[in-house]
Amino acid sequence: MRALSAYLIGLLFGAGSLISGMGNPAKVINFFDIAGAWDPSLVFVMGGALVTTLLGYRFVLAQPAPLFDGGFNLPTKDNIDERLLGGAAVFGVGWGIAGFCPGGALPMLGAGDLRVLLFVSACVSGIFLSRALTAALKPTATKETRA
Amino acid sequence: MNALATEFTPAASLAGGVLIGAAAVFLMWTHGRIAGATGILTRFFAPKDREDWLWRAAVLAGMATAPAMYLTATGAWPEIHVPAQPAMLIVGGLLVGAGVSLAGGCTSGHGVCGIARLSVRSIAATLAFMAATFATVFVIRHLIGA
Repeated sequence: MRALSAYLIGLLFGAGSLISGMGNPAKVINFFDIAGAWDPSLVFVMGGALVTTLLGYRFVLAQPAPLFDGGFNLPTKDNIDERLLGGAAVFGVGWGIAGFCPGGALPMLGAGDLRVLLFVSACVSGIFLSRALTAALKPTATKETRA
Repeated sequence: MNALATEFTPAASLAGGVLIGAAAVFLMWTHGRIAGATGILTRFFAPKDREDWLWRAAVLAGMATAPAMYLTATGAWPEIHVPAQPAMLIVGGLLVGAGVSLAGGCTSGHGVCGIARLSVRSIAATLAFMAATFATVFVIRHLIGA
């Protein structure tokens, strides 16, 4: 039941992503090209997704617990640091270069386009290279703080 | 008309956005989880335990089935045009991966779920990546001319 609901939710997300145009890099890049072939469609994607989630979360997060879990898994961090802003900026540069974000590319994987597979492979590599690098740098930082 | 132009699709994009939002709401309601593509993808490869892996695998399988459903419903595969060359897809993909990993989220995690929770971190991250993407596309399209 848990897995089936997760599957259907993935399908719903994927359908939304495809219908909205988020999986089409030409459309995504044109949203960001105000000085050129501007296509404002993405405003409607963000608007529709945000209003729906904002209203839906109000109801859902007022429940004592989710249906299949003991509690809600919500992020607890509340500080804005260079890691957050720097990471977001790096993501933005990559998004502008490739035209894919993860939520746009993952559903499109199912269309069997090798360029999507290439992007997603690079993206997964980037995630784990960054995690490995962060983990490798952590002990050094602690030592420096102690010294 | 500009050769790069894409059709303005306010109705389809709004409907698609509402579906993405509905998926986010249902995932929180059923599993108590943020529907962030980055987090789901990362922990699919590095899960805490089997149960943690299973729901992520199921979400990803659902996403990957969407194009076939789209084909069944409309008679055509979803439209895709990729202006970026393979080398740009690799560089862009690596940067996207590294960036979302550091920032702890992407368009869906920060931009939709985080802002819907009125998270100040997510609002800041979304403003930062949107600004960076606008700047990058401007440089590529209008300064380099690619």
